[in-house]
Amino acid sequence: MSQYYLSHLQELESEAIYVIREVVAQFEKPALLFSGGKDSIVLAYLSRKAFYPARIPFPLVHIDTGHNFPETMEYRDWLINELGVQLVVGSVQESIDKGRVKEETGFNASRNALQTVTLLDTIEKHKYDAAMGGARRDEEKARAKERFFSHRDEFGQWDPKNQRPELWNIFNGRKNQGEHFRVFPISNWTEMDVWQYLFTENIPIPKLYYAHEREVISRDGTLLSTSPWLNMKPDEKPMIKRVRFRTCGDMPITGAVESDADTMEKIIAEVAASRKTERGTRADDKRGETAMEDRKKTGYF
Amino acid sequence: MNMNQLLRFTTAGSVDDGKSTLIGRLLYDSKSIFEDQLEAVTASSAKKGFDYVDLSLLTDGLKSEREQGITIDVAYRYFATPKRKFIIADTPGHIQYTRNMVTGASTANLALILIDARKGLIEQTFRHSFIASLLKIPHVIVCVNKMDLVNYDEAVFDKIVQDYKGFSSKLEVSDIQFVPISALNGDNVVNRSENMPWYQGATLLHMLESVHIESDYNHIDSRFPIQYVVRPQTNEHQDFRGYAGRVAGGIFRPGDEVLVLPSGFSSKIKTIEVNGEKLKEAFAPMSVIMTLEDEIDISRGDIISKPNNQPEVAQDIDVMLCWMNQRSVNLNSKFYVRHTTHETRGVLKEIQYKLDINSLQRVEGVEQLVMNDIARIKLRTAKPLSFDSYRKNRITGSLILVDEGTNETVAAGMIV
Repeated sequence: MSQYYLSHLQELESEAIYVIREVVAQFEKPALLFSGGKDSIVLAYLSRKAFYPARIPFPLVHIDTGHNFPETMEYRDWLINELGVQLVVGSVQESIDKGRVKEETGFNASRNALQTVTLLDTIEKHKYDAAMGGARRDEEKARAKERFFSHRDEFGQWDPKNQRPELWNIFNGRKNQGEHFRVFPISNWTEMDVWQYLFTENIPIPKLYYAHEREVISRDGTLLSTSPWLNMKPDEKPMIKRVRFRTCGDMPITGAVESDADTMEKIIAEVAASRKTERGTRADDKRGETAMEDRKKTGYF
Repeated sequence: MNMNQLLRFTTAGSVDDGKSTLIGRLLYDSKSIFEDQLEAVTASSAKKGFDYVDLSLLTDGLKSEREQGITIDVAYRYFATPKRKFIIADTPGHIQYTRNMVTGASTANLALILIDARKGLIEQTFRHSFIASLLKIPHVIVCVNKMDLVNYDEAVFDKIVQDYKGFSSKLEVSDIQFVPISALNGDNVVNRSENMPWYQGATLLHMLESVHIESDYNHIDSRFPIQYVVRPQTNEHQDFRGYAGRVAGGIFRPGDEVLVLPSGFSSKIKTIEVNGEKLKEAFAPMSVIMTLEDEIDISRGDIISKPNNQPEVAQDIDVMLCWMNQRSVNLNSKFYVRHTTHETRGVLKEIQYKLDINSLQRVEGVEQLVMNDIARIKLRTAKPLSFDSYRKNRITGSLILVDEGTNETVAAGMIV
């Protein structure tokens, strides 16, 4: 390289690696929250880069709602093996069985909100003092206010009005016993950056992200995949469509978009042309103007 | 590979000077606002009974911000053009302005300063410009906004440019550009204005896309703060011992003689690598792993430099400090000091003077600092720091103070 500058992707990668290493250096028991979605996949690969040739020095924690796409589970198990990293599963079903949370009912029932309890229980049980996540500031307005190092009190709560100022790249991970941090190494990435990075680095992703034939129903303008967990209304008729998913949440709440994008190049072209945000297909965000902030305050991802 | 650069810029201001409108315009004209976001904001605006779409609702994400109609905290926003990717640190103008502006400015390459063409330079202009200078933001663009309300008059623009140049000669900003705009109508923001044929310069977006940022990092003075020591302890890599970090300055190449501070041990670089791939060189802000020829004792917080170009090593340090906490601070207060990857303790030994950031006057004889104060102080650290002046290197010249009781980040410091 004759010119001494980095491309924006190289700079974002370098920043994320720096943050991940700070986590390992500053905390005793960090973990990476892995959802199976593209953002946490990028995070897992960045973690490998950060420490190679050493193995990733923290486990991947999956909060399993039991409502995952089978493709997500298949990918998760493949990745664990590929990266040689430990997997820890926190089960929402278990939280329900133990009476820690109550299953929602009705047509729009989901286990999305229940995850928070399982997540906090898992963090407490394993005494994780830093949980890294793949959240990005461009995703959602409450997330635009997040720090890289986000402090959580002993109840796992986020206090957005009282955040520590974050200056330069000096991250303050000091905390009292029982408190923990959420850390977001790819805070500054956009959806497009993530796709370009996956493409440039040739990182495999779950098949869900590519266009495929699927049985779906249309509800409130969103295409939902049929599954044992989707309560269908009498007038909702399943149909076969060629679709793909832009995000990868629980089956009953993650909307598909009609698409022919069956390669990474086509996906990037589609994302570039898209006039809707990726979370526009997420029913969990449509529960009110500040749905994300409300969930985040209580300890959501 | 796409080699587009990343430009981080900061804006500051209140609703009335058109900052939100300008950001909205940049996002909208670069197609970074999505239909569903716009629909949501349009619906919220209508619900509040506004006549126009309030683009600040896009950015003021927190419930309390939306309720009060004010921006509380720095918000980060993203957009890209075919030439560059941009990160905007959007900081509020009124509430806790200094704290937020300093935070936003700390990582910025460029500051966007908005001046209302009808009002000319006001107190806020001085404040924003001073902070840009204090935080050593390398580039400033002064946008003279609301030109539509002064009949696109060249004389109004020229006067503001002259006034600003007169005032900014006292500041340390090397690269200042001026552009007359109307954020509301889009004049000279993304598209050239037909209303101001007298203006021959570039549009705002063109300036943002072309400002020279390659030299914003220091590529002369070699500094590599150690973050973490990588020891795989696997059968395959039994003896591997790598030093992980992000280059803070200079250029490192395998074979270079290096000096480790504060210990003073010297060695040679054996390899520089990422993900097993060996690199020919590393420069700021690359995250890499270095291995050395000799086995020497190096740990987190040490800095690798070169024998002929070393940082200063000292325990008594002159700092420009910005106090950021509700609780005031007195002489002899103790803190954790965080500098690059190093942490030690420190005590506030002396307050030399406080700066009135509106008049830039020095106020002496001060014994206490309150929120948003900026002061020149003397800090005594428990262990020596290996540092540069902030002017020389924004990474090795910056530090934060952390409260020993609450663990809060209470101050930002720039080493003089």
